[in-house]
Amino acid sequence: MIGNFPYIAVAILIGLGIYTLIFKKNLIKIAIGITLIENGANLFLITIGYRKGSVAPIYTQAPEGLKMVLPTPQALTLTSIVIGVATTALILSIAMIIYKKYGTINTDEVRRLKE
Amino acid sequence: MKKSIFAIALVFFVAFMILAAYNMRQFGEPVISEMDDYYINNAQAETGANNVVTTIVFDYRGFDTLGEATVLFTAVLGITALFREVTK
Amino acid sequence: MKEMSRIVRTITNLLYGFIMVYGFYVIVHGHLTPGGGFQGGAIVASAFALLLVTYGKQGAEHYLHGDIFSIIESTGLVLFIAFAFFGLGITFFYNFMANSGGLFGNTAVIGVNPGDLNTGGTIPIMNMAVGLEVLAALGVIILTMAAGSESTEKKENS
Repeated sequence: MIGNFPYIAVAILIGLGIYTLIFKKNLIKIAIGITLIENGANLFLITIGYRKGSVAPIYTQAPEGLKMVLPTPQALTLTSIVIGVATTALILSIAMIIYKKYGTINTDEVRRLKE
Repeated sequence: MKKSIFAIALVFFVAFMILAAYNMRQFGEPVISEMDDYYINNAQAETGANNVVTTIVFDYRGFDTLGEATVLFTAVLGITALFREVTK
Repeated sequence: MKEMSRIVRTITNLLYGFIMVYGFYVIVHGHLTPGGGFQGGAIVASAFALLLVTYGKQGAEHYLHGDIFSIIESTGLVLFIAFAFFGLGITFFYNFMANSGGLFGNTAVIGVNPGDLNTGGTIPIMNMAVGLEVLAALGVIILTMAAGSESTEKKENS
């Protein structure tokens, strides 16, 4: 049961993110839900490449005689985090423009495209 | 009526993902691949840097970093275009 | 936005320089210790956010200009692409300065070693270019959203 705990944490994070996307009406809460799904995917990427009893893949003053973790998933996670920042910034700016035009950010009242 | 269908579908999806998390490989034993062993053994001799992750991001796979810099630049372009005051 | 109390202003005046020095240290030593361009750029951008929160929009406008950040961001991206095109004799993004004798050209000792700043080839230059770009991009995002939030206040209260 303790063996596969990070994978269960990924499943719980993605489940909570999808629950927030379906059942909440405020636009800021929907942005938080998208961020939760993004963090779950990043955690899954770096959990795949772990070797038991090994250190970080850096040669400066590393402990002697130990193996190293796989470095490729960490490089892919760096790119994914920056893309998540860009997405969150854009969705929050669109929420500010919607508040300026309609006066509310409840998705039940901004249904129609009106002038 | 629609909310109950969504709730049942969400419960099935989370149960499926937790079942998949039980049947994955043991945490700590990744798939043996020659690409990561080549990166760890030869990155210091070919590039001369001590940080293996930085050589992968900027030297072996530099094309992905070019795409990521373009995504960040496009996001700043979109935000500047949204908050522009229209003067008559 | 109004400015904050005297305790917060004093702490910000003391900490602002140290945060920027730490951010530039993480950018420059990207090929020896954990870090690099993206992480160091985010640290320096958090120093700009601290200044904006403490002094308000009118107080920080004297120090942070949006036009200069825009020029710095474009310079960083053009430098990154230019150093990718220089090694086009063999392939795109080729590290043509590694293990040669010139700038950033020392060879590294194989195995565990304390780390020499003069190694790495084109990797430290690309780290600095990407660090400049991320610093300026996050600064422009923060300044534009702060300026836009003043014009989107509720119609009855202003």
